[in-house]
Amino acid sequence: MVLELQKPRPIWQIMFSTHHTDVGLLYLITSLAFLFLGGTLALAIRAELFLPGSQIIADSMTFNRIFTVHGTTLIFLFIIPFASAVGNYYVPIMVRYKDMAYPKLNAIAFWMIPPAGALIWLGFADFTWYATPPYSIISAPGPAADMWIFGLKILGISSVLGAINFIVTILKCKHPDMSIGQVPLLAWSFLSSSLIIIVAIPTFAAALLMLLTDRLGVSGFFNPAMGGDPIAYAHLFWFTFHPEVYVLVIPAIGMMYEIIPRFSRKPIFSYNSGVFAFVLLSIVGFSSWAHHMYATGMSFTEKTVFMVGTLAAVPASAMHVFNFIATMWNGRIKFLTPMMWSVGGIALFFSAGAGGVVNSAMPLDFTTHDTYWVVGHFHLFVMGTIAFGSIGYLYYMFPYVTGRMYNETMGKIHFILSFIGTVLVFFTQHVLGLYGMPRRIFDYPPIPEWIAMNQIASVGAMIIGVSMAIFLANMIHSSGKGKLADIHDPFGLGGKYYYPFEAKNPSH
Amino acid sequence: MGGHSNWPEWIYVAVVIALMTWVGAEAWEAERLVEHVPEDAEVIKVTGQQWFWTFEHEDGTKEIGELHVEVGKAYKFEVMSKDVNHSFNIHDYVVLMDAIPGRVNTVWFAPDAPGVHDIQCREYCGLIHYNMRGTLYVEDHS
Ligand code: HEM
Ligand SMILES: [Cu+2]
Ligand SMILES: [Cu+2]
Repeated sequence: MVLELQKPRPIWQIMFSTHHTDVGLLYLITSLAFLFLGGTLALAIRAELFLPGSQIIADSMTFNRIFTVHGTTLIFLFIIPFASAVGNYYVPIMVRYKDMAYPKLNAIAFWMIPPAGALIWLGFADFTWYATPPYSIISAPGPAADMWIFGLKILGISSVLGAINFIVTILKCKHPDMSIGQVPLLAWSFLSSSLIIIVAIPTFAAALLMLLTDRLGVSGFFNPAMGGDPIAYAHLFWFTFHPEVYVLVIPAIGMMYEIIPRFSRKPIFSYNSGVFAFVLLSIVGFSSWAHHMYATGMSFTEKTVFMVGTLAAVPASAMHVFNFIATMWNGRIKFLTPMMWSVGGIALFFSAGAGGVVNSAMPLDFTTHDTYWVVGHFHLFVMGTIAFGSIGYLYYMFPYVTGRMYNETMGKIHFILSFIGTVLVFFTQHVLGLYGMPRRIFDYPPIPEWIAMNQIASVGAMIIGVSMAIFLANMIHSSGKGKLADIHDPFGLGGKYYYPFEAKNPSH
Repeated sequence: MGGHSNWPEWIYVAVVIALMTWVGAEAWEAERLVEHVPEDAEVIKVTGQQWFWTFEHEDGTKEIGELHVEVGKAYKFEVMSKDVNHSFNIHDYVVLMDAIPGRVNTVWFAPDAPGVHDIQCREYCGLIHYNMRGTLYVEDHS
């Protein structure tokens, strides 16, 4: 894996490789490419909403397509492949095995992503990331909608294949001397999220097929005009995607478990409570999906059941926060870039969770549901927690992948700007939601408070945009010209590292 | 692990569980009260379609994009849709109910002061979703 740039190989050797570090590299580059593509769309959205009226986007159809592809890209083509990149690099090493359990399957799972990404981007569908029927059946223009459906179908299969591989690698291929209670928390996070994937994804896979046949007019599962029920789709969708939010967040928490103890130069406060919280979350996470559907006309009892299910998952997330703080407590903390991203990520994780509790309380959700509050809520997770954890980990991996150090000052500036920007955008969006601004709107009436808050959010987004440009420059420049890293202790922390460069890549 | 005592974590978890129980109980109680529709509420049929709202009062009068009600009375909305999903929303009164084809969902409110309020659609419904807006007039006839 490591020293790609110091011992260059022809690109096709990496592309046709099935070695876990090569597949990891492919995942990494793909996910970062989609981070920048999806991020560009976000800037377009924020520029458009800077003022009422049409700014830079000509019409609402284009706007609707942009936010649909933005969300789909960053969730399925950035966050998930990024986690797979980290898992591919580290999980085999952590369980002391020579590769993933099924290397060919691993490569196949990766190679499903580029065509799926192409389908989503060439189609540019408009029906939001949840493709709700009957809009998606009777109103959404094809072939974009059909291409999105096929793209998601492929990504679902890819996720399931990847998950099987992680589960088998961890449970069956770990070194015989190693008990399951010695597997590092990062690997535990992949085990937990992979188990969720296996249980959750098939439901949405079925729903996608039903959506497709409905679109073809040969069935009416979700089409009321043919006796179907759109609410059935909502249940199938959220049965997959509420647990899926934990699939997104758990690996990011796992990455923080690598970084925080190391940069605090202290062992994890409680390994057992970390494992317990991962496993608990992946089970209880299945009892809350219909909290997305309070306003669909569910009965009082149904709503109560799903509210209780949602609140029951909160202690599991809260345990991680405690564990991190207790680990840092009295530690000799070294605030290098990876640590800053992790600590910032935890602070935002906590804020996001507090907002989540508000959504869960059913009467309050009627204020927040489908307003900008919800946009702010889940972005504090996907951006503030998951992207922060991931980017921090990327800085941490950087010397192992390239053999060189990134520029520390630029890394810190990147963090500080991103943190300020994230707070400006997504805290403000919470308040904007309380003022009643619906999400997914191309234009809004000139209500003074709405204008002011949209402008704050747009400025915040531009700050994040600038920070990401610094990030890109740092990565490109440092991978070629950065100063050589001390590969055995690149951050000068002492202690035990997982040395990914020890992975025996046959092509090296 | 490693011999340190873990009681602060247990206390912390207990506090979180207590907080969640409190939030849940309060929410349950509030929602139970909010969902109790008064017996004498007047029915207004609300129909969403791409991209406007139609209202039909008990006496058969219809309004499009505007809704006139009287202060101090209770109203029960029967929300439905003619095409795709919408969500009927009067944000100032925390009225929110999805309009879903093939279903009739109900929600009620009792305006307590004369005034003018925005009505909007809060569920994505396509091209003009952003402008699927209306106006609520709460009038005092006494
Ligand atoms: C752990 C990471 C989490 C992620 C990634 C996440 C993500 C999301 C997403 C994507 C949505 C919006 C879906 C949509 O309408 O498009 C959402 C809504 C929601 N989340 Fe979270 N969430 C997380 C944690 C939580 C927690 C801890 C809670 C509760 C304590 C929570 C409660 C809710 C509720 C109730 C909604 C529905 C809000 C509404 O639509 O009215 N979430 N979340
Ligand atoms: Cu959820
Ligand atoms: Cu709408």
